[in-house]
Order: sequence, then structure tokens, then C-alpha cells
Amino acid sequence: MTVMQRLLGASAVLALSAGTAAAEPALIFDLGGKFDKSFNEAAFAGAQRWAAETGDSFREIELTSEAQREQALRRFAEAGANPVIMTGFAFGSVLGEVAPDYPDTKFAIIDMVVDQPNVRSVVFNEHEGSFLVGMMAGLKTETNTVGFIGGMDIPLIRKFACGYAQGVLAANPDANVVANMTGTTPAAWNDPVKGGELTKAQISQGADIVYAAAGGTGVGVLQVAADEGIFSIGVDSNQNYLHPGSVLTSMLKRVDVAVYDALTQGTDLETGFNVMGLANYGVGVALDENNEAIVSYDMLAQVYAAADKIVSGEMMVHDYMSDDSCPALEF
Amino acid sequence: MDVMPKWADALLIPLISIAIAFVISAGVIVAIGEDPMAALNTMVTGALGSSYGWGYTLYYTTNFIFTGLAVSVAFHARMFNIGGEGQAMLGGVGVALVCLFIPFPHWSVALPVALIGGALFGAAWAAIPAYLQAKRGSHIVITTIMFNFIAGSLLVYLLVEVLKPPGAMDPATAKFAASTHLPTFQDMFSFGEKPAFRGAPANVTFFFALVSCFAVWLLIWRTRLGYAIRAYGHSEPAALYAGISPTRIIMIAMLISGGLSGMMAINTVMGEAERLVLNSVEGAGFIGIAVALMGRSHPLGVLLAALLFGFLYQGGAELSLWTNVPRELIVVIQALVILFTGALDNMVRMPLEKLFLLFRRKQPEPATTSPKPAE
Amino acid sequence: MSETTSNGGAASVAAPAIELKGISKAFGPVQANKDIAIRVMPGTIHGIIGENGAGKSTLMSILYGFYKADSGQIFINGKETTIPDSQAAIGAGIGMVFQHFKLVENFTVLENVVLGAEEGARLMPSLSKARKLLTELAAEYELNVDPDKKIEDIGVGMQQRVEILKALYRKAEILILDEPTGVLTPSEADHLFRILKGLKDEGKTIILITHKLREIMNVTDTVSVMRRGEMTATVKTRNTSPEELAELMVGRKVLLNVVKLPATPYAKVLEVENLRVKDDSGVERLKGVSLSVCGGEIVGIAGVAGNGQSELLEVLGGYRRAKGKVHLNGEPIDLTGRKSDGQSRREKGIAHVPEDRQREGLILDFHAWENVAFGYHNAPEYQKNRWLMDNRAIRKDTVGKMERFDVRPPIPSLTAKNFSGGNQQKIVLAREIERNPELLLVGQPTRGVDIGAIEFIHQQLVALRDRGKAILLVSVELDEIMSLADRIIVMFDGQIMGERIAGQTDERELGLLMAGVTDTGTSPLAQSPAGAMRVGNPGQGR
Repeated sequence: MTVMQRLLGASAVLALSAGTAAAEPALIFDLGGKFDKSFNEAAFAGAQRWAAETGDSFREIELTSEAQREQALRRFAEAGANPVIMTGFAFGSVLGEVAPDYPDTKFAIIDMVVDQPNVRSVVFNEHEGSFLVGMMAGLKTETNTVGFIGGMDIPLIRKFACGYAQGVLAANPDANVVANMTGTTPAAWNDPVKGGELTKAQISQGADIVYAAAGGTGVGVLQVAADEGIFSIGVDSNQNYLHPGSVLTSMLKRVDVAVYDALTQGTDLETGFNVMGLANYGVGVALDENNEAIVSYDMLAQVYAAADKIVSGEMMVHDYMSDDSCPALEF
Repeated sequence: MDVMPKWADALLIPLISIAIAFVISAGVIVAIGEDPMAALNTMVTGALGSSYGWGYTLYYTTNFIFTGLAVSVAFHARMFNIGGEGQAMLGGVGVALVCLFIPFPHWSVALPVALIGGALFGAAWAAIPAYLQAKRGSHIVITTIMFNFIAGSLLVYLLVEVLKPPGAMDPATAKFAASTHLPTFQDMFSFGEKPAFRGAPANVTFFFALVSCFAVWLLIWRTRLGYAIRAYGHSEPAALYAGISPTRIIMIAMLISGGLSGMMAINTVMGEAERLVLNSVEGAGFIGIAVALMGRSHPLGVLLAALLFGFLYQGGAELSLWTNVPRELIVVIQALVILFTGALDNMVRMPLEKLFLLFRRKQPEPATTSPKPAE
Repeated sequence: MSETTSNGGAASVAAPAIELKGISKAFGPVQANKDIAIRVMPGTIHGIIGENGAGKSTLMSILYGFYKADSGQIFINGKETTIPDSQAAIGAGIGMVFQHFKLVENFTVLENVVLGAEEGARLMPSLSKARKLLTELAAEYELNVDPDKKIEDIGVGMQQRVEILKALYRKAEILILDEPTGVLTPSEADHLFRILKGLKDEGKTIILITHKLREIMNVTDTVSVMRRGEMTATVKTRNTSPEELAELMVGRKVLLNVVKLPATPYAKVLEVENLRVKDDSGVERLKGVSLSVCGGEIVGIAGVAGNGQSELLEVLGGYRRAKGKVHLNGEPIDLTGRKSDGQSRREKGIAHVPEDRQREGLILDFHAWENVAFGYHNAPEYQKNRWLMDNRAIRKDTVGKMERFDVRPPIPSLTAKNFSGGNQQKIVLAREIERNPELLLVGQPTRGVDIGAIEFIHQQLVALRDRGKAILLVSVELDEIMSLADRIIVMFDGQIMGERIAGQTDERELGLLMAGVTDTGTSPLAQSPAGAMRVGNPGQGR
């Protein structure tokens, strides 16, 4: 540590009742807050699992303002927190500036690529997982119409939608995919009422399965689907338990694993580009006692076959973000 | 009736209000099992104990000075401009457009142009409610509130559909060119080896905010326009009698108010983020109302109140960094201060006035009776 | 001073209806009532007289339960009573008629009388009972009102009778009237006094609060004088004189009449032709008014409040749009366009002392010096440079004006609201008169002004007249019009009823004109249709 860092760190330590901040890892949640039943909460779950297994503790902060992004990064880095993990693409540009100032600190960012020597960028192949749940939807549908409800309209969510549509059409070329986005601002991540309304709208268009890739908004989607007696597909965490028999499956995005891995590696965090896809169990399809009755053996066999082909490279699922276009779905 | 001396009205009441707010906050902190003294210590050292802390405190202060002045100017014309939030958003658009599309050689050229851009856009956004109030009698509180929502939606549209670089996920503009980046306190005040204000977002805009305080003071208390604004604000019938046009005053006061709100964007958009993001205003427009109320619509009061709220913001951030006080409770503490200084002013004022009266009665009569004239 | 009755032998006959002992009340540092003692005998009319701010209204508010006295005792019919609220006052048999009536505009007379005193959950029995009582009272005391008319449809005098009926319906034995004649024509006032005498003969006790010496002399049996929160004297009315009362009120000798030489009018300064004004709700307030004012004369506009005088001043002052023609020294004045505002009027040499100085003439929260610049804040002598005002010059000017107009206290930095009514008015007058205007518009120059200041204000107006300037004076105080004006124009319902030369007319004649009664034979400017007698009521409220 430089003298300055020591000084600043000291002032921080002074401010603490228990002066044990140094060397603890830190986790920064984005403005949405950590209890969003989805993305941030998965990260929190991963960290808690780590804490429970190792008995160590970690620092955390939920941001309340834009200016705090850089502030939190710098303060944790200066206080010696290592590694510093953050959830969400919004940290991308800030981390790109801050990381070079703290070469001794390791950073991990989820859902974004930051090209710095001390940063681990964790991205997921959501299109692959979405392709598999799309296949299941395509096989399960009786009306030949399936729905997709996204949260905020950003390329990442279009990536979900595109993979899903490809999967649907691969399994059922006659099917029709209806896609809606909840909104264009971060508020769209947490609007279950609007999610429910969109679900009803899609049901009226004939959809009998909806896939919600919408953070907290998805809770409303799943609820309405269960109330209206159609199937739904959850996202990020395993949401099958929310409405057993109605939630067909969940597209797992193992943010918790990513956080857990980063914490476990600790100060020896492996930096660089970390893609979590089907091959390394970063994404997947949730199967448990809640949905075993509604998923047929035949369906599973086809999904596993497709998964194998994707892992082996025999089959390519188009990634929307690679060229901002989707062959299977119009936005 | 002037029961209390001016200093008590201007200083004692806010101080007592703040003290009460802190005592109640301390109770809240104790209730969740934390140590209030440690929490206060964290806030004070974090916000004021280092150049870094000051860098953040003054950054927030700058925002609040602009929005507080905006509310004050409108308030002198008895216009309750709740629309600072929307005006600052639009000001951000103005600043962003200027910074994105004009190639500036140096920030010193970019700053005045961006100031004009921000002020024009903010003023334009205030102009519509002002016109509706002046000509159609639509209540300014209602229209400015509604315009906040419209501004929010407009900003979403602009960022998502127009200004967002292709392929980006964040609804935000591209980063501004390096030549528009304003010097931060770190750039300005770091001499020798040790960098001061390291990483803090406070920048040259702060000094411009101070200049604005002085300019608003001049405007309100030293110019004909300010005189007319105050006259209209105190009594519309009297203004009519004196030949002061209400329409003109409403329009001008609201344009200045909107312009000041818009200039806030210089600090957040150009000074800190160096790009326009969706929530660059972050409630500063609303905090401005509390700041103006607490500052008694006087630029000096606004400056001090803005400093207090800057301290609360930065202290709150430190609190959530280093303690387990959840961020919702930090908002509660900030809200308590607003509640006591803004809304519950009379709760402190009344007993204090009684106290002053009691104190006065004990003194010999002639010296203390208010200057009620003899016939 | 004549004999006082505060501790006279009359008390042995019966207990006083009301007796106050040692009442004190302070608002902040201001002692509104100081150790007040008063006894009012039953079956008498007791006047309370005093200048604005002398504490009359505070004392009555204490009696009616609006304020709680800091100390002192209240005895009703010899029994000590506490009056915590107005319900208790009503219970003790006290009724109050306020200066500003407390009636529901769109309720009928009957409903207003019953309101708040309904018996039981159903309204009808109360209403029919009240109707019966109303008829009886009407016959007995000349309190005739149509019980089914809505308040907004009846005149002010009638509304006042409703207030009295309300009090009587609540079985009031003691009736307090606060400045009851302020809004009445002379004949309506006479009617009121007949009612009060009738009530007195029935054994009711009446307290009459007023600042008009003439009324005190005419109707009261006893009069108490208040000055600066203290009761300075209580005397038998027949043993005193207006001069003595005025001296007791002010604390020094005052001249009750204006001393002035006959006017020497020059050329016409103001010419008004066929002026028509509609108010915001489309009601025509001025119905073709024509008049002229010459330099060197004071033209007084008499009339009951709300008959278009205010609108006339506002049009001439530049802040109300109108149709018609106005010329100042032969030059046309813009009545509708861009130049019809107060600033343009001032540039042309029209100064204006508005009717309501607190609402229009002053910014009460401004310092005195800021108010001295009010309306003239664009004047070149008040500017330091292109951008900034020269506050020091304004303060210096204020010091001079305060000295010349005897404003007390002469502190330029004092807030306007902290001056007394008279001194506030002097600030306005100083500001307007010292501009040496061609035409001075003056509305209610002495409303709420203490007697001492009235004298001074009248002198200043006459002095301006004698400098050859034109003055248009609007006042609801007939006495003031008669003593100050050279020519008197009477307005009623937005029209000019007649014009008289001051000194060649009397109160009775003007009173008839004010009530809308005119005979075309003697009125040069009469506008009433077909030359017939016209009777009407003076507008609605305002």
C-alpha cells in the first residue's frame, strides 16, 4: 500500500467500531437493491453460501446514487478489500477507469466485459440456456403460440429472447413467438404488475407458455400464468417452486456460482474473460420435483441432445449481441 | 410581529431542528442495534474528515446549490417550482448535446457553451408550465410535477432511441470527448506527491455554483427585476397596482428557475459522469425544495443548507459502506432532517418564540417593545 | 371631563349585564388590552370608541370567547363567568354581529338563522319554528327580511339584519355590534339605529363598537373610550361632546373639520367619457360613467361601497381594462392595450393612493424604504447603473419623505406592517404626492387611520390641490367627502346619480342619491331612465 492509501484507509478504519475491514472481500449491488428475487439476490445467495462454508465475512453496499459507483469501488479498494465483486453491466465504464489505479486489487464484474489485467469479467451464454427452454416451450405448446416477456429493453435481454425464439422454432417450426419488453428503464426490472398485464395480453393472443426474463417483474408473470392455467418459464434462479405444476422450468443463470467462485478464489482471483455457458454449467435448465410431472421423457431427451450438440460445437445458437440482430425474432 | 431577532430565526431554528432530527435518528439507529455515536462519527469523518470526503460532500452540495437556488428564485415570485427534477433532466440533455456534437478544443470553451445549453433546456422545460400558469391559470405545482414525469419519459426516449450508442446496454450516451472533461478538485488542488480529493467528483462547477449564489443575491436584492419579482411574490394585487405585469414576472422567474436547475447538469453530466445517464439527477430537484425552505430562499441560506444535505448524502454513503445500517434507514435519516427543517418548522418556532417573549418580558419595557409607532 | 360612572351609584339598582374587571391580553410584545374595567347596565346602549388598534376588537373577542384573556374576570348579570369559546358566549346570552358577516351566501335567510342552532336531527321542525319567530321579531323590531331569499340576493343592510336575527334566535340578551355602519348608507344606518333602540326598550343590552363620533352621540347612553389598549374614560353620552371624545381618543386636541380655502379650478385635467367595465364574472360594474376633474379641485365620489367606485379607480390607475374614453390634459389614455398598466399611468403623471393600502398600496413585508420606491422602482433617480438599483439613494429619499410627512417612527428599515395604519398611509401619500402628479387618485384616504393622522392627510391633499393639481377622491365616509371635496359626484350601481357642489348640499340629499333615488330635475348628470324615481338596492355585497 502506498502512504496515501494507508492514510485514507486509516481514516476509514478510524470510522469503524470494529477495525477489521482489511482483506475482506466486498460485494457491490447495483441500484436495484440486493433483494430483487432474481439477479442481485442470486449474487447475494452465492456470497452467503461462501460465508457459511468458510466462516469468513464480506463487506457489501447497495448503491443509492450514480456517483457512488466509483466511490464504492475506490473506497473498498483503498480499504484493502480484495476481491471487489460487482453485479451488473452499469459498472462497466466506471470499473474501466478505476481498475488501473489499484493494480494490487482484483475486481470481478458480472454481465460485462472490462478489459483490464486485474479484472475478471464474467459473462453468461444466456442464449444457450434460453435456446433449451425455448425448445421445451416449442414442444409443450398446444396453441403453437408462446410468449416472451423481457424486463428492460437492452441487448442482453434481447439475447435471451433471441435464443429462446431459436429454440422454439428448432423444436416446432410452426410455432409463433410473441415478445414484449416491460420497459426501457431500470424500473422495468421491478414492475410485477405490468409483467402480469403483459402476460394477460399474450394469453389473449393465444400464448400458452410465457418465458419471463425480467428480474422482479417475472414474479408477476409467473403469478398470472399460474392463475390463468398456462405454463411459464422462470429465469436466473430456480423458480420452479414458486408455482409447482405451472412453472414449466427455469433458465438457470448461475450468478451465485460466479460470485461463489470469485470469493473462493479470493485474492488469487483468476482474471480475464470468464464465459459461463452450457459447457461449464453456467447456464442450464432446472429440473426438480416441482416440474417433473409436466416435463415428458421425450422432451428431456430432445433437450439433452441439443445441449450436447451445443457443447460440442456441432450446433450454433446465434448470439444477438454479436451483431445486434436475430434471425428468429423481430423486435 | 418580529418576536425573535433575525439571527435566531435564521440560525437557531434550523440548528435546533437538525438537532432534533439527529436525536430521533439516533433512536432509530439504536433500535436496529447499532451504535449511534459510531454512526455519527462515520458520517462526520467520512464526509468532512478528509479531502476525499469533502470532494464528495461538495459535489453533492453543488447539485443542491443549483436546485435550491432554482426553487428560491421561483419562490420569491411565489411560484412553487416542484419541477426542478425535470428541468435538471432536460438541462442534462442540453449539456450532453453540446458536449457530444460540438468539437471543443478545451474545457474552458466547452464550459460556457454547455452552461448555456443546460440553462436553455432547463428554462425551456420550465417555460411551458410558466406559460400555462401565467396565461391559463393552471396551477404551477400541478404542471411542474406532471412535467417531471414527462421529462423522465422524454429522457428515456432520447437515451434509448436516439442518443444511446448502438449495442450499448446502459441507457446512456457515449462518453464525452476528453477535451470537454472538467477539471476535478483532484486535478486542481493536487500539489506534489500526494493527490488531494482523490477520485472525488467535485469539480470546477462548484465555484460556478458559488458565483451563482452571488448572482442570485444580486438579482433578487439589487436589481429592478428582483424587486419586481419580490413585490409580485408578496402581493399580486399590489404588483398590479404598481404596474408590474404578473405574466412577465411568472415567465421570467420560472425561466431563471428552470435555467438554474438545468445548470445543475454541468456538475453531474459534464463534471462527474462525463456522459448522460438515465438517473443523473437523482432527486436533487426535490432536495432543492428542502434546501430552499431551510435556506429561507436566501442564497447564503441555500449555500449552507446545500452543504448540510451534501454532508448527509456523503455521510450516508459512508454509513452504508462501513456499517450495517441499511440504505433505507439512511434515507429515513435524510427524510427526518427534511421533515424537521422544512415541514415542521413551526414546531420549533412556536415554543422558541414563547421562550424569547418570556425572556423579553423580564427586561425593562421601553427598550424591548417592538417599534409600534406612537400616534 | 364630565362625571364618570365607572363607580357611580347606579349599580345599586341592578347588577350590570356585563362587568369586566382587570382584563389584560398581550399578543407577543404588544399589549392589546391592559387592565380593562367596564360595566354595562342592562337595557342600555353602550358605545365603545377608539382608534384602530386601540384594542376594541380584542376586548370584544375576549367577551365572545375567541381569545382567552391573560388575566381578569368576566361577570354576566353579576355572576362570574368563564367564556372559553363562542358556544359558551352564546350560552351566556351574548350575541355578536361582526363587521364582516358570517353568512353562507347560497343559503336562505331562514337556513342561515338556524344554522348551528338546529334542534334534533331533523331540520324541518327547527325551520318552521324559526319562521314563526322571525315573523314575530320582524313585526316587533322592524327586522323585516324575506326568510326564503338567499343571502347572495339581498342587500348589505338586510344581511346585517339577518345577523341580528341570528343572535336573537339564539336568545341573546346582550348584543355586540362591531362597526355596524361601515357598509351602510345613511338611511340604512338610521334604520339600524331604530332597531337597536327598539331592542333596548325591550330590555336588551347593546354594545356598539365604532370609530364614528356622530353615531356615538346619536344612539348611545354611555360611552367608553379606549386608547392604546387602555380604557381611558367612561362617560354619560349626554354629558360629553364629540370634541371631548376625540381628545380622549387621541390624547390631544384635534381639529375635526378641514380648513381650506375655496377652490380655484384651472383647465380640465381628467376627462372620462362613457366608461364601461365588466368584472371577471361578466357583470357590468361601470355603466357608462362620464366625469371630469380640473386642476386645483378635489372631486369627491360618494357612494356605498361596491357601486363601481373601486373599478373606476382601478381603470384610471391602469390595472383594469375598460371601454370608453379617458383623456389626461387632452391626451388619450390607453384603456385596453399594452400601455394600460400602472407604469404607463405613472409616466403620464397619474399617481394613485389605492383604496386598500395593505393589499395594494404597500408590500407589508417590505421595508419602508422599499415601499417608497414601489411603483417607481424604474425611476432613474433610484438606479445606480444599468443593472443595479441604488438602494442608498432610495433610503436617503425615504428619510426625507418620512420627515416631511411626519411618519413615525422615522426608521426606513422598519417593515411596513409594523407601522400603524395612519403611518402606513402617510408612506403611501408621501410616495404619491411627492411625485407632484398631474392627477392624484385617492381611495379611502383615512380608512383605518387614527384621527390625528386624518387631520394631517387632509391637509396634504388640500395642499396638493392648492398647487393646481387635480384630485379624484373616493370615500365611503360621507363626512370626509363633504368636508374635503369641492365637487361631489354620487355613484350608485355603476352609474352617476348626481353631482353637487360641496357646501350647497346636505347629508340627506346625498344619502338619497347614494341609495339610488334621484330626481332628474336637479341633477345635471342624471342617467336614470325616463326621469322616473329609481329605487334599488346597492349592489350585492361588494
